Amino acid sequence: MTAKRKPESTGRRFVKVCHILDQHDHNPSRLVPILQAVQEEYRYLPQEVLTYVATALGVSPARVFGVATFYAHFTILPKGKHLVRLCDGTACHVKDSVPILRALQKRLGVDDRRKTTEDMLFTVETVACLGACGLAPVVVIDDQVYGQQTPESAVKLVETLITQEAQ
Amino acid sequence: MSAQSLPNPNGNNGHSAQRRVIVCAGTGCVASGSYKVFQALVEQVRAAGLPVVTEFRPEHEAGEVRLNKSGCQGFCQMGPLVTVLPENLLYNKVRLEDVSEIVAETLVAGRAVDRLLYVDSTTKKHCRGVEEIPFYQRQQRFVLRSCGTIDPESIDEYVHQGGYAAAKKAYLQMTPEQICQEISRSGLRGRGGGGFPTGRKWEAARSQPEGKKYVICNADEGDPGAFMNRSVMEGNPHSVLEGLMIAARAIGADETLIYVRTEYPLAVQRMRTAVKDAEKRGFLGADAFGSGKPLRCEVMEGAGAFVCGEETAMIASIEGQRGMPRPKPPFPAQSGLWGKPTIINNVETLAHSVRVINEGAEQFRKLGTAASPGTKTFALTGHVANTGLVEVPFGATLREVVFDIGGGITDRRGKVTRDGFKAVQIGGPSGGCLTREHLDLPLDYDSLRGVGAMVGSGGLVAMNSKTCMVAIARFFMDFTQRESCGKCVLCREGTRQMLALLDDIIEGRATAETLDLLRKLASAVQKGSLCGLGKTAPNPVLSTLRHFPAEYDAHVFHKHCPTGQCKALAKPSIDPAKCKGCTACAKKCPVNAITGERKQAHIINQALCIKCGVCAEVCKLEAVVGV
Repeated sequence: MTAKRKPESTGRRFVKVCHILDQHDHNPSRLVPILQAVQEEYRYLPQEVLTYVATALGVSPARVFGVATFYAHFTILPKGKHLVRLCDGTACHVKDSVPILRALQKRLGVDDRRKTTEDMLFTVETVACLGACGLAPVVVIDDQVYGQQTPESAVKLVETLITQEAQ
Repeated sequence: MSAQSLPNPNGNNGHSAQRRVIVCAGTGCVASGSYKVFQALVEQVRAAGLPVVTEFRPEHEAGEVRLNKSGCQGFCQMGPLVTVLPENLLYNKVRLEDVSEIVAETLVAGRAVDRLLYVDSTTKKHCRGVEEIPFYQRQQRFVLRSCGTIDPESIDEYVHQGGYAAAKKAYLQMTPEQICQEISRSGLRGRGGGGFPTGRKWEAARSQPEGKKYVICNADEGDPGAFMNRSVMEGNPHSVLEGLMIAARAIGADETLIYVRTEYPLAVQRMRTAVKDAEKRGFLGADAFGSGKPLRCEVMEGAGAFVCGEETAMIASIEGQRGMPRPKPPFPAQSGLWGKPTIINNVETLAHSVRVINEGAEQFRKLGTAASPGTKTFALTGHVANTGLVEVPFGATLREVVFDIGGGITDRRGKVTRDGFKAVQIGGPSGGCLTREHLDLPLDYDSLRGVGAMVGSGGLVAMNSKTCMVAIARFFMDFTQRESCGKCVLCREGTRQMLALLDDIIEGRATAETLDLLRKLASAVQKGSLCGLGKTAPNPVLSTLRHFPAEYDAHVFHKHCPTGQCKALAKPSIDPAKCKGCTACAKKCPVNAITGERKQAHIINQALCIKCGVCAEVCKLEAVVGV
């Protein structure tokens, strides 16, 4: 493995990718958990890392890209520092989650296509269902769940983070 | 805080009943701050001079207080929930500030804190515990019985309550044939949606020639609006693992796998802990229960694809491929993971199988109907007063679930309304809706299929009269369209076109032809798709077309949305009979489209109105209509 590593990419994180591959015995059937671990490290799946993973596993880059783009959890675009996820499951939807999404998007200047702010601080996305339907509508910011939200309360949560970042 | 630091005057700290305080740590209550409440309880109970025990111990001493976190207690909306035993008091919406009072009043002085008790909305009575709360009273909890009391991270407590007895019995006293027969006799049907007889599935895999076999627990609960499996895994993970072991023994598998949705981090963590603890105990490993048979278990996280809930797609995902289904037969029981016989069972099915082995098939059949025996968990959400997790026997009626347990339908402001019921969406994106005429329909596999709906995994979303059914159909179509894996043309392209047609209806471009095309396309998608996702994708559209044709007609022919939800068709106006001229709407209108004198009825200028609906939100008299 070490022979394949290019000198200019011996950054700490590429070492980490090798470590992840070792942990999974370079087994192509472990591709999903491997990519999960890689994404955990990089917060997204950079193209050069995907190619590297494909070569290391002895499978085609197309297969790795296929898997990386198939699953909603994987992202090949970098995400903002703070991940704002709005649940749009049925329960949240009927309890008016969409106005919350629009309010958050408006405050942060993003939309359904461009989900990350230019300063790379925030990414706003929807998820199918977080299973916290009893608290609908739900907003999750950096893995912290906030239940029974309104457009105003959700924007306030984001404002707090913006103030923190400004300091 | 009085001088009552003496042992409880009511004698509740006696030798027989242990003083226990259980804090709900399900996803809902954690979000509402239950961890902090738990921490505060530990500190303040200690400060009050009472001995605190946080670990499970089979013996307890007089006077000690056992504090533990539990899984989901089901009444998510009222969280954080704190249960105090032995009195069985249930405190709801407990805040950090309330902890000192709970310690001083209840734990030290032995009195209930009335203001933290649940108040029955109809009788206005303070309910002391679960047995007095209608939400719980009408349920019969088996799968959920220990969820909410047991410490989900303590294998000792699970074993102490008789846990792993069924798995042990299966390994040491029963043959695989006997297990399959018992499960078949119980009539247990798959709780994941299809309702396939579990015994028959197991038998099919058992009868395959000896060799490598697999059991997979399907915990990829993707239906939006359903969270039963999450709650069971978070609340009582060992019951799922035990069921998995029984299934493995029944078919002769030595490898098992639990495929959990990545959106459920807490469930993943609890299942991993359960597996590790079971390995330490020797329940899993080279010699399961001392039977000489090896048994391994792995927990795998999904990666966010709804279609992976389908058996063959899940297998592809585990094999490191895109989660795309393949044609059946061969069925996974014949050729599944890596081409070996594999059975895939839902979390709840496995948890039920534990009870069948423990108590016998006859006992299991005592509840439910002849063709759908046992109980079923439902996630009751949407416009109901009590949202949460519900377990009732099959055959219970929709009315019982929505009104008796759910406490009735709520309006946009969350208040219970008497005749606000419009429909219930059951079975998620594969299911259909049930209307007022189905209120007395028994909830079981066959009755629901008869009316074009399905049990599905058990998501029940109640909707009030302000919900547009066309918009709901569009919501589900948008979901399935996004989640289509792309393998079958009719599912990939057909759902996209159906979504476009629904958009036409909602945005006022539809003609009679649109409805015809929608129906035709729906039947084509049903026929031309390989897996359950595509086959059932048109169901929400067909079901709303069938039960709410007038609503579609209003959108198509009159360009009018009766509920005012479809913004493009909205024509907001102010009912002069209701408007008192408070000016609240005029002040909030972002485009100054509302005019009128104070104390006089106001008017909306249609030319300026952008149909944002703010006026309707601020109006306390509900005088704004049509938006």
